[in-house]
Amino acid sequence: MMKPILEIKNISKRFRIQHNLQPYLSLRDSVTSFFKGSKSFSEDFYALKDVSFNVEAGQSIGIIGKNGAGKSTLLKILSKITPPTTGSIISRGRIASLLEVGTGFHPELTGRENIFLNGSILGMKRKEIQSKFDEIVDFSGTEKFLDTPLKHYSSGMQLRLAFSVAAFLDPEILIIDEVLAVGDLDFQKKCLGKMEDAGKTGKTILFVSHNLAAVQNLCSKTILIHQGSIQQFDDTGKVISTYITQHRMVNKIDLSRRKNKKIHFTDFRIQEDVNSNGIHTYPEKECTFLIDIYSESETDNVQVGIGINDRNNIRLISLSTGFLATKYKLKKGINTVICKVDSLPLKPDTYYVQVYVGNGFEAYDVSYDEISMEVLPADFYYKSVPDYSQGSVIVKHEWREK
Amino acid sequence: MSCFLCGIIVNLPLYVSLPYMEYEIKSDEKLNLGIAELWRYRELFYFFTWRDIKVKYKQTFLGFAWAVLQPLILMAIFSEIGEAFNIPREGGLPRPLFAYSGLLLWNVFTSGVTNAGNSMVINANIIKKIYFPRLIIPISGVLSSLFDFVMAFALFIPMLGYYIWQGGVRLHLISFILALPASLIITTVATFGVGSLLAALNLKYRDFRYVIPFMISVLLFATPVIYPISGSHFHWAKYLFALNPLYSAIEIFRNSFSNGNLHIYLVMISSCSSLLFFTIGLFYFRKTEAYFADLA
Repeated sequence: MMKPILEIKNISKRFRIQHNLQPYLSLRDSVTSFFKGSKSFSEDFYALKDVSFNVEAGQSIGIIGKNGAGKSTLLKILSKITPPTTGSIISRGRIASLLEVGTGFHPELTGRENIFLNGSILGMKRKEIQSKFDEIVDFSGTEKFLDTPLKHYSSGMQLRLAFSVAAFLDPEILIIDEVLAVGDLDFQKKCLGKMEDAGKTGKTILFVSHNLAAVQNLCSKTILIHQGSIQQFDDTGKVISTYITQHRMVNKIDLSRRKNKKIHFTDFRIQEDVNSNGIHTYPEKECTFLIDIYSESETDNVQVGIGINDRNNIRLISLSTGFLATKYKLKKGINTVICKVDSLPLKPDTYYVQVYVGNGFEAYDVSYDEISMEVLPADFYYKSVPDYSQGSVIVKHEWREK
Repeated sequence: MSCFLCGIIVNLPLYVSLPYMEYEIKSDEKLNLGIAELWRYRELFYFFTWRDIKVKYKQTFLGFAWAVLQPLILMAIFSEIGEAFNIPREGGLPRPLFAYSGLLLWNVFTSGVTNAGNSMVINANIIKKIYFPRLIIPISGVLSSLFDFVMAFALFIPMLGYYIWQGGVRLHLISFILALPASLIITTVATFGVGSLLAALNLKYRDFRYVIPFMISVLLFATPVIYPISGSHFHWAKYLFALNPLYSAIEIFRNSFSNGNLHIYLVMISSCSSLLFFTIGLFYFRKTEAYFADLA
């Protein structure tokens, strides 16, 4: 019997939360608190509590859970970015982590130079990058701009280049965070495909995502993390159904966890919605989404997107400024962005809404699991409501005799 | 899904033949320098240094000439000041040569400390997203300042040749060849020590952003760049100035082409101080680096 490739033993991570202080320390604060001798500012918070599990070589493990459940902390510990407070991890293979694509990209350097720099930061040897260079460039489709500084690339091109380098990593264990949340849909698909290939060649993958469909496709087993502990570690299907049934939407943008964001959502609502409790609309009716975005400073080239998912968190509709080549300029303070849909083709049901604001490359804020939307039963084109096996999208259609 | 699993099971034996490497990640309290790990990541030194140099000179009209121009202009100013105030000269060196030789090493220190000291904050987004030995970042900052040294040194050789030809300066070739690496090592070691100490502190207390430029401008007056320290009025002040690691580096270097005497005790104090800074910087950095990602 082979030893597991990763043994995670009783990992805990404690953070000390400082109240009413700046995000970083200043010497004065340290000095004054030293003389006062008071530690009452700080409070311990466990991002992870006694987490243990084993991963066998070749397994693909999904990690799901709400925001703030501890998924990212777990990945950071596994990638050695931050040490655990207690516990240990035994790894029996080369780990590469992909918590972000394009780490270390520099806008002044050319595409070619950035491939080498980024590859090297991700842990590839120079020879390795050289031998894969043509494939990387091919995959990204940016050969024409190889010697152009990155700052002249569009954000989509930057992202493609970034992912292409990452896609050619060849470790035994690959740790992937929510890196697919950005970028255009086609490229997302291509990336997922490349990762599935990686899984098939026997790589061990740990994959964190809010995209349950991707987890379902990619991972045989999944871990559900809840408040810093493993709630369930089982076959993906079972874990996802636990997650969905326990998932309670709050229908509110949680401002408390957005304090440190320079650009973030403050509210999401539907203009036509008169009911103040929750978010409602009707099938096939005009529907105007209003998104309030706070910005600390004036910001150009802002992209906004709305994703509507069904109960199984399968994406049904994506509304994005990216599709329409629209870009917003945010002013300082609160901005309201409007997205109007003439006729929402959804049957009466509960839907999950995800909103994104970013520059196409970097996500300023993403709300995955905060908003649910009820499409209320009302008079619409269909005479009866399709059931769960008949899909969610309604389309006007006619039946006649020839 | 089942097919997917079969593929993995079939592939399993592959892993038995792979080089077996096992390591443990845990909360590590004991200090180790991690030389072996730094060696494994040696290519990253090259890439970070290369990036820093590239980015520094990209989109500049004069390019690498800046590395020479800065000390050259300062040299002219310092020589004029020396002439105007009749500052005593040491070892009979012409003023421009005196100033430029001091500036060569001074610039390694100042740009190295500035690069390294700010490097962790500048690269915070990388530190938070990926692991590699953190020391690579400040070391690369120091290495890129050595690049500027090489450029500026290329001008120093003809300058030295000119003054030898003029007859005012005598070169002791062997001691010059020995003094150059010695003074460079003393400077680099001190630069790395101070730089990595400031890098670690800067990440925790952003106050050090302001300390670095201030410290450098104060230190210039305690370094034999504009005027020789040995000309000080107070006997005890020499020992205080000798705590500056650059004192020995500059004195050793200059001594190889001047007629002055080396103050052995002062040079030894200064060299030890360089080593002390190196040790403090290295150990403080190593001790705190595990939590950099949490602080950044």
